[in-house]
Amino acid sequence: MSDSHGAYYIPEPSRWPVVGSMALFTTFVGAGLFLNGVTPVVLYLGLAAVIYMFYGWFSDVIKESMGGNYNHQVDISFRWGMSWFIFSEVMFFAAFFGALFYARVYSVPWLAGEGAKFATHEFLWPDFQNVWPLITTPDMTTALTSHFTLIKEVIPAWGIPAINTAILLASGGTITFAHWALKKNNRKALVLWMAATVILGAIFLFLQAEEYIHAYHELDLKLTSGIYGSTFFMLTGFHGFHVFMGATMILIITLRCLKGHFTAEDHFAFEGVAWYWHFVDVVWLGLFIFVYWI
Amino acid sequence: MSEAVAHDDHHDHKPTGIGRWLFSTNHKDIGTMYLVFSLIMFFVGGAMAMVIRAELFQPGLQFVDPQFFNSMTTVHALVMIFGALMPAGVGLANWMIPMMIGAPDMAMPRMNNMSFWILPFAFTLLLLTFFMPGGAPAGGWTMYPPLVLQLGDGFPFLIFAVHFLGVSSIMGAINIIATVFNMRAPGMTFMRLPLFVWTWIITAFLLIASMPVLAGAVTMLLTDKYFGTAFFNAAGGGDPVLFQHIFWFFGHPEVYILVLPSFGIISQVIPTFSRKPLFGYASMVYATASIAFLSFFVWAHHMFTVGMPLTGELFFMYATMSIAVPTGVKIFNWMATMWKGSMTFETPMLFSIGVLFMFSIGGFSGLMMGITPVDFQYHDTYFIVAHFHYVIVPGIIYGVFAGVYYWLPKWTGVMYDEKLGKLHFWLSTISVNVLFFPMHFIGLAGMPRRIPDYNTIFTGWNQIISIGGFAFGLSQLILVWVVIKCARGQGEKATDQVWESAHGLEWTLSSPPPFHSFTTPPQVTDATAHS
Repeated sequence: MSDSHGAYYIPEPSRWPVVGSMALFTTFVGAGLFLNGVTPVVLYLGLAAVIYMFYGWFSDVIKESMGGNYNHQVDISFRWGMSWFIFSEVMFFAAFFGALFYARVYSVPWLAGEGAKFATHEFLWPDFQNVWPLITTPDMTTALTSHFTLIKEVIPAWGIPAINTAILLASGGTITFAHWALKKNNRKALVLWMAATVILGAIFLFLQAEEYIHAYHELDLKLTSGIYGSTFFMLTGFHGFHVFMGATMILIITLRCLKGHFTAEDHFAFEGVAWYWHFVDVVWLGLFIFVYWI
Repeated sequence: MSEAVAHDDHHDHKPTGIGRWLFSTNHKDIGTMYLVFSLIMFFVGGAMAMVIRAELFQPGLQFVDPQFFNSMTTVHALVMIFGALMPAGVGLANWMIPMMIGAPDMAMPRMNNMSFWILPFAFTLLLLTFFMPGGAPAGGWTMYPPLVLQLGDGFPFLIFAVHFLGVSSIMGAINIIATVFNMRAPGMTFMRLPLFVWTWIITAFLLIASMPVLAGAVTMLLTDKYFGTAFFNAAGGGDPVLFQHIFWFFGHPEVYILVLPSFGIISQVIPTFSRKPLFGYASMVYATASIAFLSFFVWAHHMFTVGMPLTGELFFMYATMSIAVPTGVKIFNWMATMWKGSMTFETPMLFSIGVLFMFSIGGFSGLMMGITPVDFQYHDTYFIVAHFHYVIVPGIIYGVFAGVYYWLPKWTGVMYDEKLGKLHFWLSTISVNVLFFPMHFIGLAGMPRRIPDYNTIFTGWNQIISIGGFAFGLSQLILVWVVIKCARGQGEKATDQVWESAHGLEWTLSSPPPFHSFTTPPQVTDATAHS
């Protein structure tokens, strides 16, 4: 299987990269067609192909790992790779946090007549005021019809969001307990703590879904509610998607633990997923503070 | 070590057929694919530039309608930046970094292949928009809302193409960092790394920090158009200028992503042909890092005229001009390297000196535009077109050419045709100045960019510019001919060291090098380290 060159490990030629490129291409074409009002079938096909690619690629990697092909150097490469991948994710969220801060510090105050940009306020929306959470939009202050939805109420920080904060922080604890159990080779505790982490992730997602339904049906807080709704749903939505991905990864690691994979010394897949989970946790703290609380 | 190399030659079990390329896990094959793809896209983007120059040969509308003209300027930029320049840099990194640091391959060879194979698919996605209702993107490569939101069915394909290219770049950058941090041969300390490797590590960090931000920006465009969000809509509390801030937070580091590898290449070439070690190695490393760091704090100099608060204008003006300091350090170091050197002027050296002269011209016009009040006059005129084409064509592309001529004998095992190489350089250099220098004049005189028609007073210079453009485009065919000749093995056999005074690990391998570069790690000492 492997091509061993002295101290180095170089994998054999693999079809997964090119399969992955084609799968993503199909997904993007499908999404483009769907947004243009054509069938979503191509999109579903593409997503199925992406899942197939991940399954195949990771199966190969797990086989190679279990076959003992990965030496210390490969392990270090994976560590660098995972850390910088997480950093790139941080920068992705930074763009959306940047949009939130810009709206709160610049664009909404400017539209309300503060600073140098008073002309827009003066001539277009003289009645618009700077309040945050922004439940109205500038175009609602005139008699013309608005493109946006008027928010009745926003989600308070100290309800479901606070509970979700506790849940995610607790899940950061449970995955650490699982790690300690793995290091002590206590497999039973390992699986239990991992299962607990998956369950906490699932509860988080369930509560988040409840909150979204509540927002849409009772509060009229929607993606189309102006800049408040935009930043609220894009930030929490992308975060929720990351929780879903993280929980899926933890579930797979749990199944691998059940099959007896990993040793007390050698378990980078576990650690990589744990890092990712902590990253998702930290992003949530940012969301809780800046989106819900202050 | 030569024993190890000879030994490996026996075991060169290269995969064969199309599978060798599709399923590759080999840094050289992937590097070759990147470079060939880059060359093809260079001509695709070049063809679009020729359409632009043909239309601008005379005032009035001749060949294309204004919408298509705007698509040409937009897609020319996207193809050149993401399809020609970035893949050229990554291709050279793929080929050279493992050989320069004494590694057998990149740290993650499969991911490396995916980084490449995304490119043809991503550009299919982008170029398909030409055949869609509403046509290809025509609002400028910077994709400013609200104009870009008026694009027809091609809109989501533009956005997804950008996402797709971002995935490729981030994976490539992660791979380069893991390779350099983890695969260096024993004794190859950081301060012994060849400067090309150093510039690429720093470029990789820029990529990882900036590409996701672009992904976020275009995602907001997508949701603004299709899902009713208000990020860039003042009626909903957002601001179209917000896009420009996020875009240029990516866009300015992107400029250095393009240019730093070129700086790295000429830092390898100039010492070789001056027969002297690089002057001020450590200061070169620190200057590169400073340029990269500062590049995150200057983005708003692209948008001085949007009406920022005065404090912002001043901050970004001073921050921009401070970048001239580390850049000046580099320019003076290259000159000091040549000082009293025993210089010869083979093609790679000619192109490197071309970079030194003409990148400086672009650098100085950049400083002029970094001055806020002055920029108010230059903004969106041909002056800016002249500026960034001087930086990109004789700054970045010449660096890539220097690298290609420098390493082509190493890659193929035969020397390129020196006469053709020199012809390529001189024809390119004369035509590139005929092409871009008069743009300064018509820009200062007030000709706006991205317009298919113009005032008749600009006719004379535009005709000269167009002639320069066609000449430059045709001159590039010489490069294709040189590369084909080398690839077919036509030419004098190259030695392992190729150049009399070339230093570094890549020159200790055979020409062409074995399929897997270093099977046993070489021991690096000060004597065998960078030149």
